[in-house]
Amino acid sequence: MTMTQNLNNNETVIKVENLVTHYGARKILDGLNLDVKKGEIRVIMGGSGSGKSTLLWHILDLYKPTEGRIELLGKDIHSISFNEQLKLKQDIGVSFQSGALFSSMNVGENVALPLREFTNLDENTIRIISRMKLEVVNLGGFHKLLPSQLSGGMIKRAALARAIVMDPKLLFFDEPSAGLDPVVSSEIDDLILSLRDTMGMSMVVVTHELDSAFKIADKITVLDQGKNLITGTVEEIKKSDIKRVKDLLERRSRHDELKPDDYLKRLTQEHYTLS
Amino acid sequence: MIFAQIEKIGIMSAQAIERFGFAVRLFWDSFYWLIVGRRYKQRVRFHQIVEQVRVNGFDALPIVLALSFVVGMMLSIQLLYALSDFGAESEVLRAIAKSVTREFAPLITGVIVAGRSGAAIAARIGSQVVSQEIDALRVMGIVPVRYLVLPPLLGLMISMPLLVICSDFMSIVGGAVFSIGTLDMSLMAYLYESLHILTVNDVMQGLIKSVAFGIIIALVGATTGFHVKGGAEGVGKATTSAVVISISFIVLVDMIASYFLTQ
Repeated sequence: MTMTQNLNNNETVIKVENLVTHYGARKILDGLNLDVKKGEIRVIMGGSGSGKSTLLWHILDLYKPTEGRIELLGKDIHSISFNEQLKLKQDIGVSFQSGALFSSMNVGENVALPLREFTNLDENTIRIISRMKLEVVNLGGFHKLLPSQLSGGMIKRAALARAIVMDPKLLFFDEPSAGLDPVVSSEIDDLILSLRDTMGMSMVVVTHELDSAFKIADKITVLDQGKNLITGTVEEIKKSDIKRVKDLLERRSRHDELKPDDYLKRLTQEHYTLS
Repeated sequence: MIFAQIEKIGIMSAQAIERFGFAVRLFWDSFYWLIVGRRYKQRVRFHQIVEQVRVNGFDALPIVLALSFVVGMMLSIQLLYALSDFGAESEVLRAIAKSVTREFAPLITGVIVAGRSGAAIAARIGSQVVSQEIDALRVMGIVPVRYLVLPPLLGLMISMPLLVICSDFMSIVGGAVFSIGTLDMSLMAYLYESLHILTVNDVMQGLIKSVAFGIIIALVGATTGFHVKGGAEGVGKATTSAVVISISFIVLVDMIASYFLTQ
């Protein structure tokens, strides 16, 4: 029995409690909380430096927090044994912003890697499964190409095929639409939705693309300065009165708020502070 | 100004100690995963190690053989000149056989392999750090040390002694080509006499050193690779550092090993 079979449909699959983290003296995440339900697509949004990617790396256990607790599929990721971590990681798929495909392997070998490492399937079965997953992301027939021979959108799709090859319960995306043209970006969004609908995966998508977020999100969490500013449905976020959320939706920079006098005043203050 | 320099030296020293500790940890972790890997689904693939022996050993063979031949000839020229002062030219055969097997063959091989494989390991791991491939391995549950460090480490520990044996032979042949005329010997007689002079201890000294050099090359390459910062430029710097640091450590360890192995 896998860990997720113990979970009900309404059950929380990702739980982040009071997450605090620092880079040197700088606080990046400041007491952040997050709950993601089974089958939900949660989009994490926020400006640059708001802590959204850092949050993702912590959930994936790539960084250790200063404080706080993270539960995935009912397991505290910081207190489980190596074997339990290994089982948990097989229930997780990640699509990195750069794709993170192994440049020395072709697309088929990249997708097949988790199967080769963690299953006892024979080579023929592994080949069939990996090609099926490539078909799912519309990359059938591209298995022999090297990552360097793929376009940006194809790399993202190949990375997605690798992320779903073990049929994970949780899928994470870091900026899935970054650097893609609107058509390819929309195709990736459709893929994300179809994976949720057909395979029932729960997903966390870190993005700053508003159109993409509104299209795929069940709920959106907006981060600002390492804090959870608001969590709600697309409609709730659109209607929010919170100024930073409005600024984000209207693509308004913090610096737009400053008048020339304010700017000079700030510079002068900084000058005094430095001296 | 002086305090800034002292601070800089302090930071660099702390960083060097941290890197050394990291390399020791890599070595420990590599063998830990070699022993317990199967229990934790972290199997070490035999074909990965064979591939590393091919890349680091077999592919380096032509350049190792060529340079060993040249060094053998060079030694023979210098030794014949120096020994002629004492009328001891006949001792050139012994001097070449002993110095090559104990010292020159492992050193030349170490320097060549550091330039080829050390740089390649640093560049590969460095570019994988930059492109998030290491993170991808970790989130998949694949231990990076087991997957990326252990195969080249074992590959170099196996291929270095094999390369040194070839280098021993080729250096002696190189020495013979220049010496047989002066000594009025046939090539076969020269080679037979060299083999007769050499002891197991002479050959073993070179082989022990070569294993140590293989470990140094793999660990320095991996350590500099894992510490890459700053994209492609960082990878370039790491590659250069890996070669320079590897060769420095090889020379240092060679001196220490020579002292202890000749006691």
